[in-house]
Order: sequence, then structure tokens, then C-alpha cells
Amino acid sequence: MSKSAKTNLLLVLAVIALAVLPLALGLGDDKEEPFTGSDGQAETAITEIEPDYEPWFSPLYVPPSGEIESALFALQAAIGAGVLAYYFGLHRGRRQGEARARERQQAESAASGAGESGASQVPEPSQVPGASQVPGASQVPEA
Amino acid sequence: MHIAEGFLPPAHAVAWGVASAPFVVHGVRSLTREVREHPESTLLLGASGAFTFVLSALKLPSVTGSCSHPTGTGLGAILFRPPIMAVLGTITLLFQALLLAHGGLTTLGANVFSMAIVGPWAGYGMYRLLRRYGVPLMVAVFFGAFVADLFTYCVTSVQLALAFPDPSSGFLGALGKFGSIFAVTQIPLAVSEGLLTVLVMRLLVQSSKGELTRLGVLLTKKDARTGSEAMA
Repeated sequence: MSKSAKTNLLLVLAVIALAVLPLALGLGDDKEEPFTGSDGQAETAITEIEPDYEPWFSPLYVPPSGEIESALFALQAAIGAGVLAYYFGLHRGRRQGEARARERQQAESAASGAGESGASQVPEPSQVPGASQVPGASQVPEA
Repeated sequence: MHIAEGFLPPAHAVAWGVASAPFVVHGVRSLTREVREHPESTLLLGASGAFTFVLSALKLPSVTGSCSHPTGTGLGAILFRPPIMAVLGTITLLFQALLLAHGGLTTLGANVFSMAIVGPWAGYGMYRLLRRYGVPLMVAVFFGAFVADLFTYCVTSVQLALAFPDPSSGFLGALGKFGSIFAVTQIPLAVSEGLLTVLVMRLLVQSSKGELTRLGVLLTKKDARTGSEAMA
């Protein structure tokens, strides 16, 4: 594994460790309901400060169950991850394509360069190093 | 950091909406200009929005024994500047308000203000400050994302304390209460967000050098020789 890939892996492991440690150490054990959402806790705090407060508007659509809600959250994450994966996949493909084009160009310029230096006789394509591996290279005069 | 639907008194809801609107309008203008002038950046814009989508759906356990989620706004703010992040953050918040009953339409202005405006500006400011003093790119990216995340939750605490001051200890008492729910929970999550943002930035440096140079995140060879003018 390259050094860069190792660093990336370490970053991911650190994030996982930060997420797992509170669970493993049982940091929510002193609560009635461990690991509830902080948004919900804020709602509770509001009703503690102002017991008479009534929310004056309700959501237009409420997911009918916790399962549906989890599904929609997963959908949100999946859309995001999909776009990110598309972005990096596309760029990886482009880089590979460019690298291949560069290799081909180098082979071609090597072929035409050999043609110029051997001024007196035109070399056979088979004598030019690399030309035989690159299909069509001998037909293109200059890169 | 989502303030739930209906949980801000109408006057506060309107005020935060009015405060946020110009930032979002300005952001939409910046976004359309960016796409018109640099159509090739559309993909990276999409990726920045997608990062916010993923991170704000990740509910992670924290040291306080409760769960919260990162915001993912630091990356886009560093890449495209904060006005554009105001739009991408608003889209994410709208999605959650409409489909997940998470946050809400009446509290959208307040949530946009904390997550899509103050967070990105604070993170971007931190990043620029560190870069100006010659701090390495990835360290500046980490603290930029960390600050963007943490500031978002601090602003939410202030917003709730303003709307619901404690009957005995007033605004500061309420701020302590909401701050201990949001800000303290958020510290390890802000570290996670910083690390994930560094990870994505490292992948971007590998895959999109040209784009990052155009955006001024990476210096060109010329800039590097003449001092860091691109960052000034």
C-alpha cells in the first residue's frame, strides 16, 4: 500500500474510533435513553424552560415510522455518496485515459524522431523501437 | 443543530429568515456566475453539495451520550467561498425539512443562518487566516472544517437562548443549557468532520489538481516562486 493510501486509511480509522469509543465506553449509560439526538434534547430543554410553549407549526410531511425515517436518511447519504463516487470515478478514468494518450504520444514521437535521425534511409516500422506495439503509430507522421 | 418545526416564536422565525435571505440570494448569484464562467466546475460543485448531504445525514454518537451530526459545509466554503455554500447548505436543509421532518420551514431561516452562513464563513475565515501565516494546506483545511462545524452549533445555541431565556438565569443561563446540549456534544464530531474533510481534500489534490489551482486552493508554480500571492 502506498504511503498516501495508508494516511487515508488512518484518517478513516480515526473517524471510526471517534464514533465507536463513546459507545464502547458506555458514556450514555447514565441517561434514561442513551444516545438520543441532540435536536430532540433541545426540544425537551425548551419545554423545561417554557412549559407552556406550543409549537405553532407542524411539518408538512412526517415519515410514518422510525424505519421510514431511517430509510430517508439513508437515501440522503446514498445520494451524496453516489455523487461523490461519480466525481472521483470520473476523474480517475480521465487520468488513466490521459496517461494512456501520453504513452501513445511518446511512442509516436519516438517513432518519428528515429525517422528524422536516420536521414539517409527510411527505417522499416519494425526497426523503430516501440512502434510495433502501438497500432497505427507508423501512419501518423507527427504527434 | 436543526431547530425543530414550530420551535421558534414567529417573530424570531421571521427575523432569522430576513437575516438569511440576502446571503442566500447573493449565493445564488455567485453560483450562477460560477457555473456560467466555469462550466467545468459544475461537477466539483455537485461533489461539495454531496459532501454536505452525506455528512449531515451521519448521526454519530458523542462523548455526552447523545447523538448529533456533522454539517459538511467547511469543504465547499474552502473550495468555492462561503456564498456558494449558503445555497448548497440551504438545499440540504430544505431536503431534510420537507422529507424528513428534520428542522422545518418556519425554522429554515434560523437553521440556514447557523449551518449555511455563519458556519461556512467562520470556517473559511479560519482557513484563510491559517494559510496566510503559512500553515500547511491540510492543517488549515482541518481547522477550517472543525470551526465551521462547531460555530454552526454555537449559533444554534445562541438562537435558542435568545428565543427561550431561562426564567431565573436569563439569556446566559439558557445559553449554558443549550450550549451543553449542542456545542459540547459537537466537539468530537467537529474533529471527525475535520478529518473527513482532510480525507476528501487529499483525494481532490490527487484527482483535480488543475481545478484546485484555478480555485486558488493549490498554488501554481509561479505563485510559489513569487510568494503566496494567490492566497493574499
